[in-house]
Amino acid sequence: MSEIMVELVNLTKKYKSFTAVDQINLSVKKGEIFGFLGPNGAGKSTTILMMLGLTEPTEGKVEVCGINPTRYPIEVKRKVGYLPEDVGFYDNRTGLYNLVYTAMLNRIPEEEARKKALELFQLVGLEGVENKKAGQYSRGMRQRLGLADVLIKNPEMIILDEPTSGIDPQGVKSFLDLILRLRKEQGLTILFSSHNLHQVEQVCDAVGIFSKGKLIAAGDIPTLSKQVFNDETHSLEDVYNQFFEGGNQDE
Amino acid sequence: MNNTFSSAEKFSGYFQPTFETNLSVMKKTKVKHPFWVMVSKEISDQVTSWRFIVMILLIVLTCMGSLYTALGQFAKSSASVGSDSFFFLKLFTLSDGTLPPFIIFISFLAPLLGISLGFDAINSEYNRGTLSRILSQPIYRDYIINAKFMAALMVVSFLFFTLGLLVIGCGLIALGIPPSSDELFRILFYLIISIVYVAFWLNLSILFSVTFRQPATSALSGIAVWLFFSVFYNMIIELLAKGLAPRGMVTEQQIVNFQNGILNLMRLNPSQLFSDANITLLMPSVRSLGALTMSQVEGALPTPLPLGQSLLMVWPQVTGLIAGTILLFAISYYLFMRQEIRSR
Repeated sequence: MSEIMVELVNLTKKYKSFTAVDQINLSVKKGEIFGFLGPNGAGKSTTILMMLGLTEPTEGKVEVCGINPTRYPIEVKRKVGYLPEDVGFYDNRTGLYNLVYTAMLNRIPEEEARKKALELFQLVGLEGVENKKAGQYSRGMRQRLGLADVLIKNPEMIILDEPTSGIDPQGVKSFLDLILRLRKEQGLTILFSSHNLHQVEQVCDAVGIFSKGKLIAAGDIPTLSKQVFNDETHSLEDVYNQFFEGGNQDE
Repeated sequence: MNNTFSSAEKFSGYFQPTFETNLSVMKKTKVKHPFWVMVSKEISDQVTSWRFIVMILLIVLTCMGSLYTALGQFAKSSASVGSDSFFFLKLFTLSDGTLPPFIIFISFLAPLLGISLGFDAINSEYNRGTLSRILSQPIYRDYIINAKFMAALMVVSFLFFTLGLLVIGCGLIALGIPPSSDELFRILFYLIISIVYVAFWLNLSILFSVTFRQPATSALSGIAVWLFFSVFYNMIIELLAKGLAPRGMVTEQQIVNFQNGILNLMRLNPSQLFSDANITLLMPSVRSLGALTMSQVEGALPTPLPLGQSLLMVWPQVTGLIAGTILLFAISYYLFMRQEIRSR
């Protein structure tokens, strides 16, 4: 279980004069649900983009599944599923077509892809709407379809960027349950980015707290609590508030 | 830049072989290469879209119209028409004045077809949020733009060859005279050059789709460029020519030089290049595209040029069109590869 899936060393991304990600050091273990917590614009998404090789770091080292994604993005993308924030589908095509298309881009033969896609529709609780156009799906259904889309390539790790934004509370609960089930049944490593404290606390084994491009703390919740309050009983909320008190006063 | 090179091959009439390799890939290995998965999706997207159906209807209707008038002309003046060779090519160029001939229609509609096939290539993927999802699959980024271009090109090639062969077929039935091999090759080269011309406009609109986030902006920019070149550019050059025309006592050589200078300015317009190429290929009696002095014309026999000579004459035009096409593709490729793709 101690195998390292993600390793970030002094990772930095600058856009002209603006530093989006500043000297981040982080490691995520295999089989862990790791939460990226922080307000919007704290650098979570940019960090994720660099982990997938979708954007190049200005400085520092990234390694995902032991591979450098900046140099070998294809190999990383073969092993890592990524659910972008506000994921889009081909609305004029059926949900099933969208999944099979993704599978075929991953070199899965069409027959097998179709079978696998139907299984995933069951898994994410979308059975019965396979042949409906993706444009007719509700927001919650789209997020589930997105999760199925990420899983169809049999990833070792999945990255979910704000997967719960815009879903109703009931939808969020079942989505989070699904994530927990996936980890339990398939031993997936899951990276979960969110600005919602309670959701992160519910599912994550360890948390990295982002603020203004910096990773201000990382570790499991008792460790974080100890780091801040010198005892392990405090909740993530207390820790988070402690960190952001200074920030709030600034505003 | 490897890619630009391969697209050069795509342009110079290699459509058939590429399509065959596609089929053979599908037959030999069960797993289709992701690039061809994307191309076939793009093709089916194009073919089932309303704008494509509208464009096809427009093109087929106008072609039927011009074919009809051309055949009418044949019936009326078959004596004079029949007297010269290259009877069959007249199908594409003959008109009674009510409707323009086939080639004029194609040169007018081809840009519109190119623009309509490409104006939302990249930006619609971005706006739907599918771009970041597709990019997180194990494919190279340039597959996206290459697949879009390839798919549109294959659709256009298929459309134009069908159209060309249909016209030949109709002509055969109506006239009862088969085309000579020379004529057939001329028609084939004409079709290939038309495809290159559509590809030029296709790449222009792909470029706009990379640059502009809104498909409407990109479509309008494409149409604006098309209008500029098809209406305003020649007007501007004519104004310029009036101002610059040599006055008073001038030699014949000066007039010819002036004429050729103006013609060269005109040739900065891709539609001028295209129509030069068309006319030379489909009217073998055209012996020069510029002005000639009397001494140059003296002693020349007014016979049609052989195919090789006609091709040689339009070679600069064709090269210019291909170069423009590749240049536009290279620019959009470069811009697209450098763009940072975030979710919506």
